[in-house]
Amino acid sequence: MNAADTVDAAAGRGAAADAAADHAAGQWESVIGLEVHVQLKTRSKIFAPSATDYGAPPNTQACGLSIGLPGLLPVMNMEAAKLAVRFGLAVGAQINRRSVFARKHYFYPDLPKGYQISQYEEPIVGAGALEIDTAAGPKTIRITRAHLEEDAGKSLHEDFHGQTGIDLNRAGTPLLEIVSEADLRSAAEAAAYLRKIHALVRYLDISDGNMQEGSFRCDANVSVRRVGDTALGTRTELKNINSFRFVEKAIDYEVRRHIEVRESGDAIVQETRLYDADRDQTRPMRSKEEAHDYRYFPDPDLPAMLLDDDFIDAVRAALPELPDARRRRFESDFGLPADDAAQLTAERAMADYFESVAGADGVDAKTAANWILGDFAAALNRDGVGVEQSPLPPAQMARLLQRLADQTISGKIAKEVFAAAWQGEGGVDAIIDARGLRQVTDHAAIASVVARVVDDHPQQVAQYRAGRHKVLGFLVGKVMQATAGKANPSSVNQILREKLGGAD
Amino acid sequence: MPITREQIARIAHLARLATAPAETTEDAEAAEAEEYAAQLSRILELVEQMNRIDTNGVAPLSHPQQLAEAALRLRADEVTETDRRADYQRIAPAAEDGLYLVPRVIE
Repeated sequence: MNAADTVDAAAGRGAAADAAADHAAGQWESVIGLEVHVQLKTRSKIFAPSATDYGAPPNTQACGLSIGLPGLLPVMNMEAAKLAVRFGLAVGAQINRRSVFARKHYFYPDLPKGYQISQYEEPIVGAGALEIDTAAGPKTIRITRAHLEEDAGKSLHEDFHGQTGIDLNRAGTPLLEIVSEADLRSAAEAAAYLRKIHALVRYLDISDGNMQEGSFRCDANVSVRRVGDTALGTRTELKNINSFRFVEKAIDYEVRRHIEVRESGDAIVQETRLYDADRDQTRPMRSKEEAHDYRYFPDPDLPAMLLDDDFIDAVRAALPELPDARRRRFESDFGLPADDAAQLTAERAMADYFESVAGADGVDAKTAANWILGDFAAALNRDGVGVEQSPLPPAQMARLLQRLADQTISGKIAKEVFAAAWQGEGGVDAIIDARGLRQVTDHAAIASVVARVVDDHPQQVAQYRAGRHKVLGFLVGKVMQATAGKANPSSVNQILREKLGGAD
Repeated sequence: MPITREQIARIAHLARLATAPAETTEDAEAAEAEEYAAQLSRILELVEQMNRIDTNGVAPLSHPQQLAEAALRLRADEVTETDRRADYQRIAPAAEDGLYLVPRVIE
């Protein structure tokens, strides 16, 4: 090697090192896209008239088509098409009047036909968008497409004499796969997006969204790049994430792994990985890698699905009010703060509950929001029940707030009545009567208690009259105590002041 | 565009098809693969010929029914299938506790 080469080589190294240092100084940015699989709420399967109920004994809902018997033909379920269109309209997506079912080939025992019927080049729902809330404010996430497909069966790997057990009840259940653009920039954003989709499909009543039962699951495509770079890094795919907590943890782990690998100068291998919640890490899936060549082609058994304007208009006409619109209406019509409106509309059942309560005569909307987001939500949480299973129907909640408003009971007593009604002690009015909780507003009755308290506490009375007005609180407390909390606090205050002041 | 023997091997593997009967010699298997490669290449040549036709403005045809403008039939969402598990499992190679049994799948 001569001197010039040495200099050039050193200069080259120097430049590379400088570039590396610039990059190392830069921050990493994660780039995430989600594929969400939503089980559609139909009675029968997407291509066969067998039931979709969860938890049936194995294979009792696996008809000939579900188990892949040759000679049977698929017939499309109209309801599945309607539910897919409903979703598409809700995210402002293009609805494709023509869509095509395609065969996606891979070999796995829970897919006896050897192919999954899906949609490939021509999905039912085209590009749309969804707005999520992030720490930095609202952000629009683009939805690439949503397509219809059938679910596979379930493999049970517990020991059947060294064999695998196959339950095909789930095979053929309709799924809507919602694919986002890689617009998500953190695990938190991915979780926010997933929650938003979850709330939306429940709002639209197109899925029960039950994650434990696998009705709602997602795959995440994760890659990292230096902030400022426009090219995408090599991605890995995380499969079958079935909780909001895990989606965040799995992506966080994977992003850290990508950064570590890249910073140590290695390359990320494009692969499919599984998240192991027990170990909080991801690991490569051993199987299926080579199968990424799915050899899609249009399913000859199913002609193109053509939807006309009447079909789409009918779905549009039946569309419920969407969460974001409802949230804005709660702010404008009920004068609720943005936070309250957002919390109340996160779940359709909760929003419905609030509307029935707040719509009752003499109920103040803000008070209703406080009670529903406070005591009511806390009780639901504590008992682990949903709004629909709440022991307190909206009419009773409204009654409670009416009794508070017309001063039959005080705020403190209302909490007691709420707890009793929640425990199933009966209606609000019945509880107030049975427990004798009616607030004492009768002037004479309160005045006589006040007189007694004043007689019993000459020292405090003297202090008050000497100008230490803070002692009034003590005396009010004594009166409330003597009436078991039933005296109207403002009446007590007023009468007490008159009594103390009057003797001056 | 001729197809290579390697491509034949890959396609056969993806489709879980044997290119030659079991217990064939390597040479015979190779000869078999060559033959498939030649046959499939001829099909592709046919497609190449069709590619020369000007199809501008012609919508792709995925199903012959399209010519008659027949669309997919949509059925009402009703359950009419009854449980015939016993019948189906009678003809299955192995079943237990209502499950179909298959050689162990490693995940």
